[in-house]
Amino acid sequence: MRNFILRRLIYAIPTLIGVSIITFAIVRLSPGDPIRLFVFGQRDITGEDIERLREAYGLNKPIPMQYIDWLIAAVQLNFGQSFIYHQDAFQLLLSRVGNTLQLAVAALALQLVIGVPLGVIAALKRGSWADGLIRVFGVAGHAVPSFWLGLVLIIIFAVQLRWLPSVGILTVGKDAWDIADRFKHILLPAFVLSLTGIANYSRILRTETLDVLGQDFVRTAHAKGLHERTVVFVHALRNALIPVVTALGGILAGLVGGALVIEQVFSWPGVGQFTFQAAIAKDYPIIQAATMLVSVLLIVSYLLRDIAYAIVDPRIKAS
Amino acid sequence: MASTTAAIGSRAAAEALVLRPPRSLWSNAWYKLRHDRLTMIAVAVLVVLGLLAAAADVFAQYVFTYTYEKQDLLHTYEKPTLDPPAYLLGSDEIGRSQVVRLLYGGRVSLAVGFVAALVNLTVGVAIGLTAGYMRGRVDDLFTWFVTTLNSIPTIFLLLIFAAIWEPGPVTLTLVIGLLFWTGIALFVRGQTFALREREFVVAARTIGARDRRIMFKHILPNILPLIIVLAAIDIGAIILVESALSYLGLGILPPTPSWGNLLTNATSYFVRAWWLVVSPGVMIFLTVLCLYLIGDGLRDALDPRLKAEK
Repeated sequence: MRNFILRRLIYAIPTLIGVSIITFAIVRLSPGDPIRLFVFGQRDITGEDIERLREAYGLNKPIPMQYIDWLIAAVQLNFGQSFIYHQDAFQLLLSRVGNTLQLAVAALALQLVIGVPLGVIAALKRGSWADGLIRVFGVAGHAVPSFWLGLVLIIIFAVQLRWLPSVGILTVGKDAWDIADRFKHILLPAFVLSLTGIANYSRILRTETLDVLGQDFVRTAHAKGLHERTVVFVHALRNALIPVVTALGGILAGLVGGALVIEQVFSWPGVGQFTFQAAIAKDYPIIQAATMLVSVLLIVSYLLRDIAYAIVDPRIKAS
Repeated sequence: MASTTAAIGSRAAAEALVLRPPRSLWSNAWYKLRHDRLTMIAVAVLVVLGLLAAAADVFAQYVFTYTYEKQDLLHTYEKPTLDPPAYLLGSDEIGRSQVVRLLYGGRVSLAVGFVAALVNLTVGVAIGLTAGYMRGRVDDLFTWFVTTLNSIPTIFLLLIFAAIWEPGPVTLTLVIGLLFWTGIALFVRGQTFALREREFVVAARTIGARDRRIMFKHILPNILPLIIVLAAIDIGAIILVESALSYLGLGILPPTPSWGNLLTNATSYFVRAWWLVVSPGVMIFLTVLCLYLIGDGLRDALDPRLKAEK
């Protein structure tokens, strides 16, 4: 197991280098001059000052050298100061990570709690109206534009019925530990964010449960005279659940990407919203820090997924 | 007597053989598709949507007599009404006709979806086929590149690109096409891995066929049915991405309407005109749903053994 984890960690290094090249390239290949942007609006600045700034930021060196400089700083989590806030870009970003993680974890929980049972029910009641309904949902859930669903839910639950708030993470003036208030705020965005995953899991679990139920060991369990419930829940489901772990990779990427849009719809003060605003404002240090941070989060969760997979399915480790 | 019966019998057998023409994979699939009612409905709806979008000019000029840019500041946030017909689905914050803008928006959204999908299918198939066939170094490079791209959420990369470069519709379409090929390439690579060891490929190589001929004449036709399935799903996924990006104000920019950017100002519709939020979303949903259903139907028709994708 230790070798397996170690090998996976080493595999992550070239990926990280690739991500860092892309991150660096995004900004260095961008049109416009970062220094002009940096001094924008300051009147008493001369051409000489600009040259000096260029040198101070190392922007007069050849591009590969600039990349090495940038990488060394990036490894130390130094992405420079935000152009807009004039504070450390990484620290600014770090203060929003918690909010995004909250949203992502809530959405992930919803996906598992709703999606998995739906798929199992569909498989056990194959051909019934419930199965039909769940299968329709499995396709339709993918086809709904999530940002639009968010808007519609805001109209229904926040504007018309006034049951739930439509923006933010906490009512202004409330105590930060007011769990009920937080719950109300997270409900809509988490549901919208989880929709694709619910559809995904219901489809996977249906196919997988049907597949497992047709296998020999299930027939053996039946032949032994075991109770139907024991066969399904103890023998079959344990095997059908393996793909839940496999699918986590795509689901996690979907959560991070989806959060970017959903946070915008619900004004959720997370990494996605912050990055979006930074991208609009061309605040390069924050864009770079965010890209690296999101990628590292994703690579780490892929790693955890692989480890979980190796634990659940011992056949994997051998290959 | 016995010989005549035998003669008649053999003639009947010969006729039966003639009567039942050989069925190719494609005619078999077409036969199955025609009897798959849900898929045929999805195809019909999609064709209607496509025709409506294609005929947007005609509808705007003769039915609604309202261009997509025309404003009317005296009639903002109108409720859906038949008088005038241009306000069939209401009017927006500067009195533009929602229904006419939806028609033109459909043209843009569908075009972006189809063209971008074409680009990423071409790129994905070419790269996947090469990596899977060449193996070794080429494949290592491929794997590294794809893993890297997959470690940054695509929508994240796309959004940053769109914000920094502010691309026009054509550039944006190409970029979407060039960012979303990894799934297809991985799939094609996997299939190629398996196929290149099969007897017919070995046979082709034995008689001296070149690599390019083997890849495109022998391996590609065997993956083609599954590529068609992926294409339908791919177009749907791209339409969703484009609409989200346009909604955020970074994709297709007004005054050119797209289904996504019709929702950019949605917040100001919440209280005054909720119906303006409903129609663009329903159009996106319908289109993408049809494409996904067609994808599912094609998969069943072309290869019933294939398990549903994750």
